[in-house]
Amino acid sequence: MKKKKDNNVTLNFDTDWSYAPAPESTGNIKLKDKYDHFINGKFVAPSSGKYFETINPSTEAKLAMVADANAADVDKAVKAARTAYDNVWSKMKPSERAKYIYRIARMMQERARELSIVESMDGGKPIRESRDIDIPLAAAHFFYYAGWADKLEFAFPGRKAQSLGVAGQIIPWNFPLLMAAWKIAPALAAGNTVVLKPAETTPLTALLLAEIMQDAGLPAGVVNIVTGAGATGAAIVNHPGIHKIAFTGSTDVGKKIQRALAGTDKKYTLELGGKAANIIFEDAAIDQAVEGIINGIFFNQGHVCCAGSRLFVQESVAPKVIRKLKDRIETLIVGSPLDKNTDIGAINSKMQLNKIKELVKIGVDEGGEMWQSSCALPKKGYWFRPTLFTGVAQSSRIVQEEIFGPVLAIQTFRTVDEAIEKANNTPYGLSGGVWTDKGSRIFKVTSNLKAGVVWANTYNKFDPTSPFGGYKESGVGREGGLHGLDAYLQAME
Amino acid sequence: MDKNTKEETIKKAASNGVSVNGSGKANSERLKVLKTYKLYIDGKFPRTESGHYFVFKDGQGKNVANMCHGSRKDFRDAVVAARKAQQGWADKSAYNRGQILYRMAEVLEGRSEQFVAELQWSGLSAREASLQVEQSIDRLIHYAGWTDKFIQLFSSVNPVESSHFNFSVPEPTGVVAAIAPPASGLLGLISVIAPIIAGGNTCVVLAPEGAPAPAISFAEVLHSSDLPAGVVNLITGFEKELAGHFSLHMDVNAVWYCGNVAEHAKLVQTNAADNVKRAIITKDIKWNSAQGQSPYFIMKFQEIKTTWHPIGF
Repeated sequence: MKKKKDNNVTLNFDTDWSYAPAPESTGNIKLKDKYDHFINGKFVAPSSGKYFETINPSTEAKLAMVADANAADVDKAVKAARTAYDNVWSKMKPSERAKYIYRIARMMQERARELSIVESMDGGKPIRESRDIDIPLAAAHFFYYAGWADKLEFAFPGRKAQSLGVAGQIIPWNFPLLMAAWKIAPALAAGNTVVLKPAETTPLTALLLAEIMQDAGLPAGVVNIVTGAGATGAAIVNHPGIHKIAFTGSTDVGKKIQRALAGTDKKYTLELGGKAANIIFEDAAIDQAVEGIINGIFFNQGHVCCAGSRLFVQESVAPKVIRKLKDRIETLIVGSPLDKNTDIGAINSKMQLNKIKELVKIGVDEGGEMWQSSCALPKKGYWFRPTLFTGVAQSSRIVQEEIFGPVLAIQTFRTVDEAIEKANNTPYGLSGGVWTDKGSRIFKVTSNLKAGVVWANTYNKFDPTSPFGGYKESGVGREGGLHGLDAYLQAME
Repeated sequence: MDKNTKEETIKKAASNGVSVNGSGKANSERLKVLKTYKLYIDGKFPRTESGHYFVFKDGQGKNVANMCHGSRKDFRDAVVAARKAQQGWADKSAYNRGQILYRMAEVLEGRSEQFVAELQWSGLSAREASLQVEQSIDRLIHYAGWTDKFIQLFSSVNPVESSHFNFSVPEPTGVVAAIAPPASGLLGLISVIAPIIAGGNTCVVLAPEGAPAPAISFAEVLHSSDLPAGVVNLITGFEKELAGHFSLHMDVNAVWYCGNVAEHAKLVQTNAADNVKRAIITKDIKWNSAQGQSPYFIMKFQEIKTTWHPIGF
């Protein structure tokens, strides 16, 4: 009798599968009290004398004060970049330029642990992601583009490779160091110099990168980093000494930048918002697809422009997929970004949390059926439960608008054509996913999705060799890979 | 009409300025039939919905023809046609698109005399007009050959670190609104249309203000070249009235401005931001030189799509 009872034991996820805390130590992290701008190879105080706070969104504790750049600071940075371009960087032998960029990659690898921890502290993302994805990928971007510096004449047939001058780069808070690498590495490889502005909520890793630039002996002024909010960005966009703008951020701001650049000869690339469709066919490997859906929408708390935020499930398997999805979501650990077991970290800022809450409320008000994980949330900091919506329409605002949080809108379809049509029914066109076991159907769907990156039977994969960027209102131009070089070279035929 | 008389007629027509159409009575017993120049939208030749016209005058200031004064509504109708045609055109094989572009060159070659005559209305000498028609034909042949090659040239297989097969290919941006070079005649027009459609896009093009009549005659070439309806739509009218609409329309994916007015270029770029259109400004190009043709013109209206798939068992 006793034996038989033992065989019937069922798993209880509440008691049998709890994890002991596994916090990453912050003992080695020595943040300064305050950070200045990095201009012309030195850290210099802001001309206004103003600093702003950067906080840890998981505790709301202050991490450091950061310089606030005004137009005068930006002007100083652009002039330094111009001088460095004219006197040093554009004249340097390309193979030497390459070696500087390789050096940066290596030093980032050396300081990878530190960079990961600071990234998670400043931005709220799980250490597992910053350690395994953000930081290694950032270093890989420098390593990849370094090698292009002396091979540019092979990149575009029939064209001479000619650099542009000074590139102004404005990056978002969701992948702070990775975005800096995406922007700086190809710019330097192509022979340009840089003025970069990290996001105001996540400036710290870019400033550590500035230290690396110093340590690498990169000539003064080749990379300049100024910190601040929207006004600093506008000063960069409007500065006449800049020849190219690279922006990653919201579609709203992207449009403003595109307008501001009208009538100038500045080149630009825009990486903007998205509302990607993740399409699950009935013949897909369902358990793998469920993992893909989870990774698609909950990676980095859903603060991902290419997040698979619209799920389309073939009607025949919808109940099964949704049930498995809920079961899986219940196992996700929401908590301290520095805990190595954490799946979902803190929402990046109070502002973003409010935006998510507002859109979720609209989803409910418009008649969507909401389901949330029952997980406990920490008392302090900014948090949002993994959330699903069913019973939503194509016209629902949470189906049309980018939420940029851990919120998934689920719809169903019957035919391949219906799935494609619904997937494309959005002004965005950044990315998409398709899950099926049938090869011909994969190509049918991937070739018909109006999106710049399509993942088939996988999701949210990135690589320095792989071009990234959107169709339609998701942006202009590509970053990454061979195609990403184009944005930093002049068309000389 | 043998060859000599035909040339004679064309020469006369060109010299008296009053057109091949209108001057017939003086030269023969028979009253010539005048051609009505209309628009080209959705594979049809409608009149402008505006009901307005403008007079196209030749180099001597004589009236050549009443042209349709294209309106915003004409443009919007043309965008609907271009959108409807886009997927089908993109789905055609590159080989097929190449053959259709080649066919356009064949038909143009066969009708070259008409275009030589019509181009002279814009003040070109017979020799210049003839050279331009030859270059126009050759430009079509050039792009006919690119349809199945630019994709190979600008695609890549990307050696990603993880266990995935990853490749990037160009795909058409969609519907393109273009303002053709105003003073480069048929050659400028073809230099704009050919790279757009070679890459699988459809377009609405504002005919060159300096040569609207041959542009509409070129629509007849398009019409008889197996080019599906709606792939190319031609409007005659004025840049200063239409540049704003060409760049504002929310169902247009890219706008190409080849005019010379800096204010219009800025307007086009500003309006384009409303739906993040690709705004291409082309200036200082000598369309009759080697810089007038390039696969990079095709690539301005392409999106790079990257596809990932796991490698495993």
